[in-house]
Amino acid sequence: MASFEYGMDYADIRDQVARICAEYPGSYWQELDDKAEYPHAFVDALTQSGYLAALIPEEYGGAGLPIRAASVILETIHANGCSAAACHAQMYTMGTVLRHGSAEQKQKYLPAIASGALRLQAFGVTEPTTGSDTTQLKTRAVKQGDQYVVNGQKIWTSRAHQSDLMLLLARTTPVDQVTKRTQGLSTFLVDLREVRGNGCEIRSIPTMINHNTTEVFFDDMAIPADSLVGEEGNGFRNILSGMNAERVLIASEALGDGRYFLDKGVAYANERVVFGNPIGSNQGIAFPLAQAYAQLEAAELMIRKAAALYDAGEDCGEAANIAKYLASEAAWKAADETFQTYGGFAFAKEYQIERKWREVRLWRTAPISNNMVLNFVCQNVLGLPRSY
Amino acid sequence: MKVLVPVKRVVDANVKVRVKPDNSGVDLNNVKMAVNPFCEIAIEEAVRLKEAGSASEVIAVSVGAGNCQEQLRTCLALGADRAILVETDVDPQPLGIAKALAALQEKEGAELVIFGKQSIDGDNAQTGQMFAALTGMSQATFASEVKVGDGKLEVTREIDGGLQTLSIKLPAVVTTDLRLNEPRYASLPNIMKAKKKPLDVISPADLGVDLTPTVEVLSVEPPAEREAGIIVETVEELVDKLKNEAKVIS
Repeated sequence: MASFEYGMDYADIRDQVARICAEYPGSYWQELDDKAEYPHAFVDALTQSGYLAALIPEEYGGAGLPIRAASVILETIHANGCSAAACHAQMYTMGTVLRHGSAEQKQKYLPAIASGALRLQAFGVTEPTTGSDTTQLKTRAVKQGDQYVVNGQKIWTSRAHQSDLMLLLARTTPVDQVTKRTQGLSTFLVDLREVRGNGCEIRSIPTMINHNTTEVFFDDMAIPADSLVGEEGNGFRNILSGMNAERVLIASEALGDGRYFLDKGVAYANERVVFGNPIGSNQGIAFPLAQAYAQLEAAELMIRKAAALYDAGEDCGEAANIAKYLASEAAWKAADETFQTYGGFAFAKEYQIERKWREVRLWRTAPISNNMVLNFVCQNVLGLPRSY
Repeated sequence: MKVLVPVKRVVDANVKVRVKPDNSGVDLNNVKMAVNPFCEIAIEEAVRLKEAGSASEVIAVSVGAGNCQEQLRTCLALGADRAILVETDVDPQPLGIAKALAALQEKEGAELVIFGKQSIDGDNAQTGQMFAALTGMSQATFASEVKVGDGKLEVTREIDGGLQTLSIKLPAVVTTDLRLNEPRYASLPNIMKAKKKPLDVISPADLGVDLTPTVEVLSVEPPAEREAGIIVETVEELVDKLKNEAKVIS
């Protein structure tokens, strides 16, 4: 069994990342939110300082650190009121190429991803008609000579507009010709610079948060045959380990958000005086904050466990899913109780509470709905019958 | 030109410090520690001199407990080439630190030693000056600008009501003011490289110095609690209170 130490791990990384974040205060994020713009300056700072390349092996120009280090980086960004959502996928989407790509693909792409010259932060999986039922996805890639021709549609493909490359999951063998529905899917590394306006159209989806998400349409999009990552038909398996990494990392962001909210909520409860006393002296205000704190502590332990299992190369599916569930719920609890603590001021944009509150709601829904996490626990951990 | 930069481990500037119940000092349990901000400015200046080709090597040095290695690693990540810890269990005072550094300087022979002007914990602002006196090196304190010339330095100092520019001979001691530069943050590759840079640990005995404190701290008190303010009705009332109660105007 993997073990982990408690305490301030990676203190040096936490310190320096916090220092970067200090240059991007709430007003920076508020302005971007108002204009629905991408945080280019913040992402550039993280790229140039190498933090987004934490997981890429040193031989390809990254830092070669374990996932726990990436978890600390993302937690720190969010705990300091910033958001890594605009660029976190640049950290881990490359994992599929690293684990399943050919030597040529790794040599061609990983160093450029590490330096930030190439952005691979779009992941085309979800489709409008299939949602979490991934194996039923409709997008087809058909091999014709030395290329694949792709037709179909993806939705909730975040940062496609800010990506050079997109990892795409498409069906290469029709579902009625495979024995298991997880078979016949394949992963491709699509060079968006080549296909945009040339069989591929990307449309922004305005949402309640500034999340730069899109829908992507493929209309006879031709891509070179060597875009295939790993073996044809094994695509679903290729992306699974990446999904566990993603869950650990998203949980870390949620934890950071929760810490941010709790800091704000506690500070406000201490300084806001009504009826002659700080409002935090009322247990109606104080207890919910304490509950949120307890939940965040539990979530942090589960995140550390999941990261330790992942880094030890052990099965972390259960821990990663539970970490994501606990962290997203704890962060939402901290956000909502802080919102309540702030009273009417929570609605005023200048306090940043309403914006962060909108943002933190996402983690209960993405990258996977918490109900699907519970389904996973029911079937795969507790041995209950499948409900769907 | 070899540059030596003494750095101090202090409570992080963002931490609200608490005085121990027995008034013997500040409670350091589970408190976030950091490189003293003025020392960080000193490191930054040394690294910039190296990047500009004026300095050949930057050495960070600290005198204190074993955990000062954390701050020395930060200095290595910020661009210092190597680090030295003079490890001691005593809580060293400015004179002891200056003596240890002077003994180290005999070995290292740095042409420039850059100190922070003071540490944000003790606020003594003494170590740089004591070191200059012990070594007989020329000194320019509270620097807001440093230019390297041929065998000398041109240093602009912040003084009451203006600026003063000095020319001093090398080898020299400079202490940094707040506006000398804005320190960078460390990149991840530099944090990784710093783990492989040399960090030597020596003892005060290796340098032949005794760090036993010469000044005894009798008591540490927190600042008085601020009393609640009052709202005045008129400008006249404000002026009256400033004159007669606060006695800040006459």
